[in-house]
Amino acid sequence: MAANVTTEDILRISGVNPRKCMKCGKCSGTCPAYDEMEYHPHQFVYMVERGQIDKLMQSKSIYRCLTCFACLERCPRNVEPAKLIEAVRLAVIRQQGMNHMTENDIPALLDDKLPQQAIVSAMRKYKK
Amino acid sequence: MSVNTEWKPKIVAFCCNWCSYAGADLAGSSRLSYPADVKIIRIPCSCRLNPLFILRAFQRGADGVILCGCHPGDCHYSTGNYYARRRMTLLFSMLSYLGIDSRRTRVEWVSAAEGPKFAATMNDFAKTITELGENVKLGDLRCKEN
Amino acid sequence: MQKIGVFVCWCGSNIAATVDVKAVANALRSEPGVVFSTEYQYMCSENGQNLIKDTIRDYKLDGIVICSCSPRMHEATFRKTALAAGLNPYMVEIANIREQVSWIHKDMTEATDKAIVLGRAAIAKVKKNAPLTAGTSPVTKRALVIGGGIAGIQTALDVADAGYEVDIVEKSPTIGGRMAQLDKTFPTLDCAACILTPKMVEANQHENINLLTYSEVESVSGFVGSFKAKIRKKARFVDEVKCTGCGVCTEKCPSRKGLNEFNMGLNTRGAVYIPFAQAVPNKAVIDASNCIHFRTGKCGICEKNCSAGAIKFDQQDEIIERDYGAIVVATGFKPIDASAFDEYAYNQSKDVVTSLEFERLMNAAGPTKGTLLRPSDGEHPHEIVFIQCVGSRCSRDASKGKEYCSKICCMYTAKHAMLVREKYPDTKVHVFYIDVRTPGKNFDEFYRRAVEQYGVDYIKGMVGKVTVEGKKLRVQGSDLISNEQVHIDADMVVLATAIEPDPTARSIGTMLTASMDTNDFFTEAHPKLRPVESPTAGIFLSGVCQGPKDIPETVSQAGAAASKVIGLLSKNELVGNPCVAHANELLCNGCSQCERVCPYGAITYVEKEVRGPEFRGTKRVAVVNEAVCQGCGACTVTCPSTAMDLKGFSNNQIMAEVDAICR
Repeated sequence: MAANVTTEDILRISGVNPRKCMKCGKCSGTCPAYDEMEYHPHQFVYMVERGQIDKLMQSKSIYRCLTCFACLERCPRNVEPAKLIEAVRLAVIRQQGMNHMTENDIPALLDDKLPQQAIVSAMRKYKK
Repeated sequence: MSVNTEWKPKIVAFCCNWCSYAGADLAGSSRLSYPADVKIIRIPCSCRLNPLFILRAFQRGADGVILCGCHPGDCHYSTGNYYARRRMTLLFSMLSYLGIDSRRTRVEWVSAAEGPKFAATMNDFAKTITELGENVKLGDLRCKEN
Repeated sequence: MQKIGVFVCWCGSNIAATVDVKAVANALRSEPGVVFSTEYQYMCSENGQNLIKDTIRDYKLDGIVICSCSPRMHEATFRKTALAAGLNPYMVEIANIREQVSWIHKDMTEATDKAIVLGRAAIAKVKKNAPLTAGTSPVTKRALVIGGGIAGIQTALDVADAGYEVDIVEKSPTIGGRMAQLDKTFPTLDCAACILTPKMVEANQHENINLLTYSEVESVSGFVGSFKAKIRKKARFVDEVKCTGCGVCTEKCPSRKGLNEFNMGLNTRGAVYIPFAQAVPNKAVIDASNCIHFRTGKCGICEKNCSAGAIKFDQQDEIIERDYGAIVVATGFKPIDASAFDEYAYNQSKDVVTSLEFERLMNAAGPTKGTLLRPSDGEHPHEIVFIQCVGSRCSRDASKGKEYCSKICCMYTAKHAMLVREKYPDTKVHVFYIDVRTPGKNFDEFYRRAVEQYGVDYIKGMVGKVTVEGKKLRVQGSDLISNEQVHIDADMVVLATAIEPDPTARSIGTMLTASMDTNDFFTEAHPKLRPVESPTAGIFLSGVCQGPKDIPETVSQAGAAASKVIGLLSKNELVGNPCVAHANELLCNGCSQCERVCPYGAITYVEKEVRGPEFRGTKRVAVVNEAVCQGCGACTVTCPSTAMDLKGFSNNQIMAEVDAICR
């Protein structure tokens, strides 16, 4: 895989500032999927800061995260590790061009029962 | 813009006694240079700066005026710099309405420990003013001349 | 025409190397009003000062300008020089041609020109100066200490020993504070009561100390040297003089609903109670909200059983008004409310306790008589988890946690862990920590002893959640060193909760106009050089009200505050700063704007008879209390009618400087 995703890219996508982390480990203490993961929430924060994005992108850990946001909720410093994991996941998707549709395909899929929020988030997600 | 080599800007810096004036002293004792065009006036607190002083400076041909005070929360008199900040916000918007370029007026917080910041701020401000060139003089309607 | 003298200092080569001092002296000589101008090698030297003095006398100068170093350096020196020669010290102005000219410029022409301009500005200013005389105010030789914990007691004892009267105002019925609740103290493990109670007794018996327990300060007015405080002595419903502290009433009281504050609410007490056995004063107090007599008008068992006849159901609050020269704030702290942290199940299980509660559970005078038992079922716990930094170092939510480090938790947790292992070697003890912070004499050795000698299991990581599973508490946390998630089935969980200033601190701070930070800790006048003084003159800080600290630090700060108080009280009168605000009564329109911006409450309004060319009659005018005004000038700019001006930095003086610089 091309190794051109940088720390800056992940930080821009996620809006997270890993420097706020005081390395307490509460995120990993909270994580319900801890044992499923190769890299744990606190390691994501550390490794993104260190620029070890490749390792994270190649790890299955990014798909094990339940996005339950427990780490984000409990973090005493507001670091939001879940958003970092999500950003790495997004980086993989963007790099592989794996989006199976574009925003132009969305209108055809709409029906009355679809919640407004889902439409908005779909637009956001598939708009490049 | 053509810059006259003979022309030197007149810059007035109002510094509060407790933080910024001490910061200027520290810049001095650290031998950090800034242009001689900057002349400092000592006031007890940034909140002592009457907007009239700034108007007066522009009437008398000042090219730039800067106010330096303690960082928010560090005021020797607890709240003085908050008053100064609000007053200057209003004054500067009025000055810009009067035709004084907003880059000619500035407020900066400089603590007693920030000698380098003081020098850097003055260098930057003096550079900005020099680039802007000579200022228009604020007229006083009560004065008959011009 | 005024006669101004100008003195240009070489400062050796410091100024003379970059500024042509002769040229400066010559240029300034031609300024209007200048009758004398010279330069000299060292103006601050004795010869230099004599030169200034002689010139003032010979030329009968009205004002002098010294072109030298920063006024922050030698303004005071030259003011004294002027005074010695019979010139008002406030007729001196300094042009700073060292820090602002010679030290920062290299080009001689440029530097000399700037020095001349600064000299002109100083001359322009000094011509507008007026002689000022500092006022004096008397000092009441009595101190008020707010808070009767170890900080307040120590300050009071030190001040009282120096021979001054001290009143301690304590809001609870006894002095002693948080320290009285502690079991053992780190790092020596001596018992808190054994070292504190003698001090409490000493404070009670000291001829110069007056204890006002169960009392609160209601209002404070005045200023340094002459404060006036109004203190509400709450009704105890017990005659303090008659009560012998025998405790019969406390045993007979049929109401058992009141939570025992001393034991952190872990057990209950009667409606009439003595907080603890060594309470000072050892007098009973009735908690009216739980008293059957106050709710139904019946009962009165305590009254019947009191052989001293001390029960007084009709007792009223009493207001005491006294004058003080100095006020010491020693309001202390409380642990934060742990129930905000639902992940630790504090509200779900009685066996999740805070460290202060744990302290009571370990104490011989506590609810379990010193045997460590689970609060839920009274069984002996075999596995205990301590969680550090509960609410400390937390920046996400100010209502929940505190951004600062509470400083004492690492040490008291090590102490608790060690004590448990010592008393009950069969109990496993785990401590979850982020960092172990032990900067203090014998502190790190103490912590290492807990690990090496007592086998306390320190785990680098944090607990994510605690769940109640039957009789057990399931603790899930991270172990960052082994990179594992750990699960512990514990019998008890102890939360090292952050400490925060006592909730009364904010209102006291407002009352005293003493500034506080965003966490409600009092701010010191200077964080390094004046750590025990508040920026408000006459207000001193003792103990945790200024920031988290342990007992030795509190005691040393209390002593330091006392020495500052003694220094103040030893003076017969205080000399003020004459550079204060002053209202021109003729111009004042009575709008009260200045009163609102004054951070010191120095401005009041009075109805006054005013006589001027355009106005005669009575009007409402601002009056500045010169002893309180600190001279910031906020009021001068706020005043819409320019009635308010600041002496020493008047509008005319600063305008003159602006004019001289922009000339």
